[in-house]
Amino acid sequence: MIRALFACLVAFAVPAHAEMKIQEVTSPGGITAWLVEDHNIPFTALEIRFRGGTSLDTPDTRGAVNLMTALIEEGAGDMDSLAFAEARDSLAAELGFGAYDDSVSVSARFLTENRDQAMDLLRQALINPRFDQDAVDRVREQVLSILRSNEKDPDTLASEAFNALAFGDHPYGSSGDGTTATVTALTRDDILAAHKGALARDRIYVAAAGDITADELGTLLDRLLGDLPATGTPMPARADWLLAPGVTVTDFPTPQSTVLFGHVGIPRDDPDFFAAFILNEVLGGGRFTARLMSEVREKRGLTYGIGTYLASLDHSEMLLGQFSASNDKVAEAVAVLRSEWARIATEGITEAELATTKTYLTGSYPLRFDGNGSIASILVGMQMEGLPIDYAVTRNAQIEAVTLQDAKRVAARVFLPEALHVVVVGQPDGL
Amino acid sequence: MPIRTGPVATLFAAFAALSASFASADPVTSFTLENGLQVVVIEDHRAPVVVQMIWYRVGAADEPRGHSGIAHFLEHLLFKGTDKIGPNEFSAIVEAQGGDDNAFTSWDYTAYFQRIAADRLDLVMGLEANRMRNLRLTEEDVATEREVILEERGQRTDSNPGSLLSEQMRAAQFMNHPYGIPIIGWRHEMEQLSRDDALSYYERFYAPNNATLVIAGDVFPEDVKVLAEKHYGPLAPSEGLLPRDRPQEPPQLAERRITLADERVSEPYVFRTYLAPERDPGNQAEAAALTVLAELLGGSGQTSVLARALQFDRKIAVYSSAFYNGTGIDDATFGLILVPAVDITLETAEDEMDQVIADFLKTGPDPAALERIRMQIRAGDIYARDDVNALARRYGEGLSVGLSIADIESWDAALSAVTEADVMAAATKVFDRRNAVTGWLTRPVAEGEAQE
Repeated sequence: MIRALFACLVAFAVPAHAEMKIQEVTSPGGITAWLVEDHNIPFTALEIRFRGGTSLDTPDTRGAVNLMTALIEEGAGDMDSLAFAEARDSLAAELGFGAYDDSVSVSARFLTENRDQAMDLLRQALINPRFDQDAVDRVREQVLSILRSNEKDPDTLASEAFNALAFGDHPYGSSGDGTTATVTALTRDDILAAHKGALARDRIYVAAAGDITADELGTLLDRLLGDLPATGTPMPARADWLLAPGVTVTDFPTPQSTVLFGHVGIPRDDPDFFAAFILNEVLGGGRFTARLMSEVREKRGLTYGIGTYLASLDHSEMLLGQFSASNDKVAEAVAVLRSEWARIATEGITEAELATTKTYLTGSYPLRFDGNGSIASILVGMQMEGLPIDYAVTRNAQIEAVTLQDAKRVAARVFLPEALHVVVVGQPDGL
Repeated sequence: MPIRTGPVATLFAAFAALSASFASADPVTSFTLENGLQVVVIEDHRAPVVVQMIWYRVGAADEPRGHSGIAHFLEHLLFKGTDKIGPNEFSAIVEAQGGDDNAFTSWDYTAYFQRIAADRLDLVMGLEANRMRNLRLTEEDVATEREVILEERGQRTDSNPGSLLSEQMRAAQFMNHPYGIPIIGWRHEMEQLSRDDALSYYERFYAPNNATLVIAGDVFPEDVKVLAEKHYGPLAPSEGLLPRDRPQEPPQLAERRITLADERVSEPYVFRTYLAPERDPGNQAEAAALTVLAELLGGSGQTSVLARALQFDRKIAVYSSAFYNGTGIDDATFGLILVPAVDITLETAEDEMDQVIADFLKTGPDPAALERIRMQIRAGDIYARDDVNALARRYGEGLSVGLSIADIESWDAALSAVTEADVMAAATKVFDRRNAVTGWLTRPVAEGEAQE
């Protein structure tokens, strides 16, 4: 039976990238995807996201979504783990699966010449994963090994300390990998439940780029995803922000400390988001000219790198930053950081900083769309953030619209020197 | 393993054993300016982006003895300023145009790049050409930046027991060749690096006849040629550049063993490296066989020989891998790594690993596995065309270690031509324990605790 396919073509031209047209494709079964067709290279990049991710775990089964995601490619249908891997490699299909705070991701690259076979294989993995007990046990040991490594990793120790202080009992307050106790206790039934709850059709976002037409993509999506359950586990509640200002030092025997700092952030859909985005770029962008890179690294040689970013999660927002510094330099670096935080809060930024940051952000944006892989990732990210399909066209205008007055007002709103919490893992002098 | 000036490293994957150039229909053009600068143009007109990379044929293995880290330190200092560009203005100018820039240093090369809208190529070419010959450094620049590279060493190496083990193992693997000296430098020598060290190194090695310029993206060779002649053409070549004849390894007669115990270690592991031949101009067959061997032994967490035997059948390991990267001027290494399961000692893990290698040397590769790898090589050609940055890097790196464009273009064919017999011959030769360093990463033994 030939099913009708509705492909509403919504095409926009990105500035400086006139040929790139983003189409919205709706499959006969009602799955929506964004597509950029490009038939230059005979392969397709496909990105799928399931909203929810590790935050769907119950406290008792913390780590279930993560372990389930790691097991998706460990056997499906009539193939055990090895048979599945051999089939995948024979097709030279690249399949990747990841579990994050707010999503489970599926990334695929497959050749045009064996697209149907590659997608049948991926379908088996998504719809009919086996979760054989021996695979569960083997991959569980890998996760437990990672958990033990994390206990000796300063970066992980810092972020886990920060998140626990900020979010308490909310899933954001603990690692999505789970703990040794919860992961050890996970049963095959827990994995099956995590699969059913996390990979459902009510939370799918899809983007594709490359050698595939809208018709072909629509047909493919129904076959690939149509047999997943209609609904999954309800989303978690909004996370209350619990982090009081202060300094937390975790003793760790290393010559250099890892420092993680921040406070509450700003929602992605807030009218002031673009002003905050520019301000963050001026203060803590990863570039050499950002204020913190300039003051802490270039002028004083206190670190190899320092940066800040706006972390807009589904159920909370943070403004975070990180650096490493020798134990004898940490106190000075933190003092510089605090003084820069206070300076931008009270003074805002200069006309020149606003202008050069705008030219950087608007000039670099089109450069991101430079291949099928990068385009598919960007487009699926836009959908997860709830952005409209013409965002790629309007985004630079929204950057340009931010005035110096906006920047000053929003700086006072977003940067809260009194609220900063600094987590240090190491043996810092004088903190 | 290049290390970079900036911590934001998004441009390249760390390494891909099977990364390969597409042999036919390569959109690559090359020409050489009168002053000796080789220019390579790689066209990709899908997006209005260009990458400029300048690759100097000098790296950490070319440093004067006792001044380790100077190649990488100079790479940092090249962002400081020139006769025309103010202090720390280089990146600011690029960023103000929406571009990004960075640099990286390896044992065999030092490279700088910018990624920017294709219509700004003229600007970044002017900047890069200017700093090839006109660097200006103050004592203060040098003193502050030296603190930065010491912090970089702290972050990358001293904070990471695994990095420290690798550093110690390399020093043992290369008894005479400077590949045994870390790119970042030994800390006590880094602390002494001076402005004079940097400038004398710069003046000697940074010249058009010691560099390769790679321009990749939405550009046409004839336009690139005009711009290259305009900006780089007037630069005078360096006189008296010598061939890169580094001290070579003597016959290695005895296996070396290293144990690094660190209380920050959580997962002990066994790491083995063997001295191995590198890709040579016009002769890449053995390196291709070693590349395929690494893929067969440890390229997949599921189907490769080590994973299958030790993670699936014997269940004594949680992770295993094999790796080899032959793109270098002098000897390379072939590596094996095994992270044992809980309750499995490093001694047992090492014995089991060696048993798998011994068995492989008897039975040889599974023809079906070799066929899968050939398919992935062919697909790798297609996927590689999606990433013009990686392509640019492949050409820049290959040319910087003395390979020709023909060598780089025929690498895929060399990989695809590898037979079972080639794999066996390469394996039999490379797995010689006299050429090997075996490293154990462990936790310190607590008092009263029995040693493994």
